[in-house]
Amino acid sequence: MDKVVLLIDGQRVEVERGTTILAAAKQIGIKIPTLCNHPDLDVKGMCRVCVVEIKGSRKLECACSTLAENGMEVITSNQRIFKARRLNVELILSSHPTDCLNCIKNQHCELQTLAADLGIRESRFLHITKQGCVDHSSIALNIDSSKCIACGRCVYICNEVQQVGALAFFDRSSSIYASSAPSLFYSPCIKCGQCTSYCPTGAIFEEEHTEEVWRALNDPEIIVVSQIAPAVRVAIGEEFGLEAGRGITKKIYTALRLLGVDYVFDTNFGADLTIVEEASEFVKRFTQQKEKLPLITSCCPSWVDYLEKFSPDMTEHISTAKSPHQMLGVMVKTYWAEKMNIDKKKIFMLSVMPCTAKKYEILRCYDMFASGQQDVDVTLTTRELARMFKQAGIDLLRLPDSEADTPLGIYSGAGVIFGATGGVMEAALRSAYEFITGQNLDKVDFTSVRGLKGVKEAEIKINSQIVKVAVAHGIGNAREVLEKVRKEKEKGNLAYHFIEVMACPGGCVGGGGQPYGGMKVRDMRAQALYQEDRELPVRKSHQNPYIQKLYEEFLGEPLSEKAHKLLHTRYYRRPLYGGDKFSCPDKERLKVSKG
Amino acid sequence: MKIILRNIEDKNYQGTVKEYISKGGYKALKKALAQKPEKIIEEIKRSGLRGRGGAAFPTGIKWEAVYKAEGFPKIIVANADEGEPGTFKDKVILERDPHLLLEAMIIAAFATGASEGFIYLRGEYFKAYQCLAAAIEEARKERFLGKNILGKEFNFSLLVYCGAGSYECGEETALLESLEGKKGRARLKPPFPTQAGFKNKPTLVNNVETFALVPAIILKGADWFRGIGARESCGTKLYCVSGDVKAPGVYELPMNVSLRELVYKYAKGVEGNLKAVIVGGPSGCFWGESDLDIRMDYKSIEARGGILGSGAVVVLNDKRCIVDAVMNCVNFFRHESCGACVPCREGTKNAWYLMQQIKEKKATPYFFSLVSDLFEVMRDTSRCGLGQVALNSLVSAIEMFPREFKEHIEKKKCRCNICF
Repeated sequence: MDKVVLLIDGQRVEVERGTTILAAAKQIGIKIPTLCNHPDLDVKGMCRVCVVEIKGSRKLECACSTLAENGMEVITSNQRIFKARRLNVELILSSHPTDCLNCIKNQHCELQTLAADLGIRESRFLHITKQGCVDHSSIALNIDSSKCIACGRCVYICNEVQQVGALAFFDRSSSIYASSAPSLFYSPCIKCGQCTSYCPTGAIFEEEHTEEVWRALNDPEIIVVSQIAPAVRVAIGEEFGLEAGRGITKKIYTALRLLGVDYVFDTNFGADLTIVEEASEFVKRFTQQKEKLPLITSCCPSWVDYLEKFSPDMTEHISTAKSPHQMLGVMVKTYWAEKMNIDKKKIFMLSVMPCTAKKYEILRCYDMFASGQQDVDVTLTTRELARMFKQAGIDLLRLPDSEADTPLGIYSGAGVIFGATGGVMEAALRSAYEFITGQNLDKVDFTSVRGLKGVKEAEIKINSQIVKVAVAHGIGNAREVLEKVRKEKEKGNLAYHFIEVMACPGGCVGGGGQPYGGMKVRDMRAQALYQEDRELPVRKSHQNPYIQKLYEEFLGEPLSEKAHKLLHTRYYRRPLYGGDKFSCPDKERLKVSKG
Repeated sequence: MKIILRNIEDKNYQGTVKEYISKGGYKALKKALAQKPEKIIEEIKRSGLRGRGGAAFPTGIKWEAVYKAEGFPKIIVANADEGEPGTFKDKVILERDPHLLLEAMIIAAFATGASEGFIYLRGEYFKAYQCLAAAIEEARKERFLGKNILGKEFNFSLLVYCGAGSYECGEETALLESLEGKKGRARLKPPFPTQAGFKNKPTLVNNVETFALVPAIILKGADWFRGIGARESCGTKLYCVSGDVKAPGVYELPMNVSLRELVYKYAKGVEGNLKAVIVGGPSGCFWGESDLDIRMDYKSIEARGGILGSGAVVVLNDKRCIVDAVMNCVNFFRHESCGACVPCREGTKNAWYLMQQIKEKKATPYFFSLVSDLFEVMRDTSRCGLGQVALNSLVSAIEMFPREFKEHIEKKKCRCNICF
């Protein structure tokens, strides 16, 4: 790679060709303020805040979009530049509601931070905000167009990364806003929530369900049972000032009990159960029903939603196993309720997920009511749980550790890594290998499916047979994999035996309900999950003693009739627009949950 | 001296292919096809022809860049999205002599190696669309378009694409976005369209008027063309004179004509007493009586701090209120900003609110410093030309007529009784 040398504020900087001025300045410790630009996304030149002076150019240039060139002389701070940056931020604020105190993004808002950094103290312009009402139509996400600063991040992630195309720019000049036509409900939105994690302001945000949880917690009649997803434990600490990539599972258990949760279980147990069912399903297809291959994982509700809406031809390939939190939900309301002799109507199942789509999944179809009740009553995102902790005055990091309740809170290492891209595949392979060969698998680390590459392919040898697997994260990447499957199918070949897809870039650790952070943070969270996996004594799902006990006492064996009734679901062909309006037995609840 | 309007001068000229050929049309194409592409480009470069759309970029250099660019197919686009208020020059060509544009585009396609062409037409030009469509059909029948044009191994097809009426789409990269079916907003440059334009293919975008000058240059040579007009602004230009003049219209004149001649000699003088002349449309400047002796070429106008733009000249007499006229310009940009970048989107909006405050008698002398800050930052940081020039009219009007603004703001008085 050839290098270029440029001068930034008089300092000589050597960078690779193709580096932006923004990145070059960062190398020497100069942080040029930005707003629309994000390292994960190819969005640039919209906010005009990162402007710098380049010798020989009459106007100011954007540091985010201008590439460094040999001999360039850049000035990043002088009166003219400050004036331009501040005026541009003032202009944005002149049409922004600026009701920070009531905003969901309060203290997490990039516009707020920028205004503070630039020292905006007065508003010289008329404060006239955009007209617009909040789009509450979706069950998982809300859009408040009046707070939209038209940076284009959500439009980019929805159209280029996820390739769903639910969001676009509307109108022009000062009335421009990003939204969905006519509303999110009647759009192809798959509720992955990536738009919420990249929106710099509070224009797109999750639907909050904390009030319902408070109500249940304060009702002495109701027994509140909680579960936390693998990705939650490595991310929630960030909201309390912990550095990224540190797991605090046991402190979260303590905090949940402090909130008033009666029984603390863990989604990782559900993940173990999912793996046993899914791996058995794979083994069945691999050994007996080759025509039904490839098997595609179904743990990600956004992905399921995408398949049902965009690629209904693929639904026969998707695993019928429910996602972990649904499995745990139904087990709590059947197996555990029977065992504890508790009326399942009194159980309030709370699941804490890194995900906005799970809010939709709990009402996805009849199968989500397998226990006779709604299996999971409310799903909170990691961010919502963190807010509840803060409201309750819980100082998460200073709490003592405590253990989860048995039997549904004990998990194996395979359940933990569910939260990272490649994790489900790795966990399933650990079990499937032993199911097929009947031998003990010594080397449980399948490192070829780990990491942040868009599509990871690997060939695993089981009993002299080659198993071709693919792991994709981000719907755009998954689409590529599907295309390949279709192409090979036409030729009569099998592209892969087993495919794992997670809708969010990075997997669940980068879910739409997680604390805000880019790919770098997501990778650190994933590393923390693999760390916990390494430290656990049991690392294969089917060796989890409580899973074995569950099958002995209740389910019989994997894929038994009872297991099918409770732990598996069906898939439907849904219309692209308004596809969520599916016969849901509890329509009244749907309305209630939307306030 | 008429180059573009030579056929149209004849009132009975209908613009059919037969008439066009009988007036010497498509001769330049035949001459060009007998030459090597490099030679045509060299001729255009030597002629000193500069883009007539407003940016005045040397046309030959653009052609050469597309010729040298790698990529297939190469695309030619005629920018007929004439949206600048006070400009109506392309309309005349498109409606009365469409074959002139077609011939030039075919020459350009041959010179640059392009095989596909588009005419991006302003959405409101219904008649022009019909004329162009009919002309393309005629040209196809006469084998000037299609495969093996004039027996050469050269194919070129042409399509008319109607815009949806957005002013921003006159900017070449926004035009290409719109042509691709996307929202019309300017791209970041580089890459320039000559490298990666329509669908990332090398693309030549020229204004209709620029194209219309090409056949004459090919026929009569670069030296002849250089001899017309000013030294660095060769040839003739179409000036659109409108407003309070006795004979508004399109005038084709060598580029060394003075503003005074244009207004008093060709447009037959001012209706009433002259107050201001807006040169370059709303993105241009407000000038007064004292500026009338300026030469209407790129260099002289730039030296005076203005832009010639597309050649619009709007004359205002003393019954017109300057504040009201400027407000019109500011409102135009407020409506036409694409909304992509902050300074233009919010700046034009706020400038308009500031102007409205004057009309509502709420303005304070703080107005002037706010406007000058806005103007400076918008010029410095806007993403494309639209935002960079949006407040030219306001600032130049304040400079030229400070007293009238002060009267409005401090005494809440409009001397023309228009504002209040």
